[in-house]
Amino acid sequence: MKLSIVPLLVASILLGIVSLVVSADDIATLRNATAIDTQKEPEAIPKVNNDDVRRSRAYPMQPPLIPHKIDNYQVDLNANKCMSCHSRDRIEESQAPMVSVTHYMDRDGNFLAEISPRRYFCNQCHVVQHDAKELVSNQFVDMYQLMNQKQQESGNQPAESSD
Amino acid sequence: MKNTIKRIWHTLRRPSVHYSLGTLVIGGFVAGIIFWGGFNTALEVTNTEAFCTGCHEMRDNVFEELKTTIHYTNRSGVRATCPDCHVPHDWTDKIARKMQASKEVWGKIFGTINTREKFLAKRRELAEHEWARLKANDSLECRNCHNFEYMDYTAQSGRAAQQHSTNLASGEKTCIDCHKGIAHELPDMSGIEGW
Repeated sequence: MKLSIVPLLVASILLGIVSLVVSADDIATLRNATAIDTQKEPEAIPKVNNDDVRRSRAYPMQPPLIPHKIDNYQVDLNANKCMSCHSRDRIEESQAPMVSVTHYMDRDGNFLAEISPRRYFCNQCHVVQHDAKELVSNQFVDMYQLMNQKQQESGNQPAESSD
Repeated sequence: MKNTIKRIWHTLRRPSVHYSLGTLVIGGFVAGIIFWGGFNTALEVTNTEAFCTGCHEMRDNVFEELKTTIHYTNRSGVRATCPDCHVPHDWTDKIARKMQASKEVWGKIFGTINTREKFLAKRRELAEHEWARLKANDSLECRNCHNFEYMDYTAQSGRAAQQHSTNLASGEKTCIDCHKGIAHELPDMSGIEGW
C-alpha cells in the first residue's frame, strides 16, 4: 500500500508544475487569470447589437446571427415570437428574412406545412451578438475568400509567365 | 308590504316637522361629500396593484409574469401597474369597466380560475377579451403613456421606426396588433392573425 502512494505523490507534484506552466500562458478566460480563491469583479453586461445589419459567418456552416434584440421573445408550446415575423406567410408584411426551406423538413427529408419540431427552438442555433471585446480573436477565412485568393494567385502566375 | 311603501312615500312627500331647512341642507351637503368621497376612495382602492394581487389568481399567475417584463422593471424605473393597462382612466369608461368587473367577483366566488390548470385552460379566452378591448378602443391604455404624437422615430431601432411610421401612423394598425404578450405570457396562438 505504501509503495503505491509514492508514484501518486510524484504524479500530483508533476501535475502541479505542469499546471503552473500552463497558467503562465495568457489564455483569455471569463475569469481572466483571477486567482481561484478570489471573486472576480464582474464585467459590465454588454449591450445586445440591435442594428438589423446582417453579418457574415464567423465559421463554416454557422447559423445566421440575430442582428436585433430578442428580450422576452416567447418560444414555447403556445407561441413562437420569432416565427411571427420570419415564417413564410409573415415575411411580406414583416420584410424579415424567411427561415430556410430545410427548417420545414423532418429528418427524413419530407416537407412539412409548418416548421419542423426539431427546428422549432430558434435559439438552439441562432443567437444575438453582444457589443463586447472578443476574448479570442477569430482568423476564420471564408471559402469564397480562399477561392478568390487562389484564382488571383493562379491568374497572376500566367500573367507573370507571359511577361 | 304595500302599506309600508305607502307610509314611506307619505313621509317623504310631507315637509319636515322637526328639522330646520338649514339642518337638512347642510346635513345633506355633508352627507353628500362623505358619500361621494367614500365612493371614490373605495373605487380607487380597487384600482391599486395591492388590491389586484390580493387574490392568488392574479398574484401567482399574471403578476408573476409581469415581473420579468419591461413594464415592471427597466432602466428608468417608470413602471405600469395593473390598472394602468387594464382600467380606463376616464371616469365614465372606468365605471363601465368596473361594472363589467362584477363578473370577475362572480368568478372569484365560484373559483373559475382558482387553480393553475383552470387558469391555463381559460387563458386564451381571457386574453381574447383584452385583445378585443384594446383593439376596440385603439389601444387607449397603451396610449395613456405611449403617445404617438411624441414618438421620436430617430431614437427607435430601424425596424420599429419603419413599422411605427407606416402602419401605426396610418391608423391601419394599433399597438395591440403587434405587441400581444408584451406584459404577460401568451396563450396558444394558433389561428390568431399574425402568428
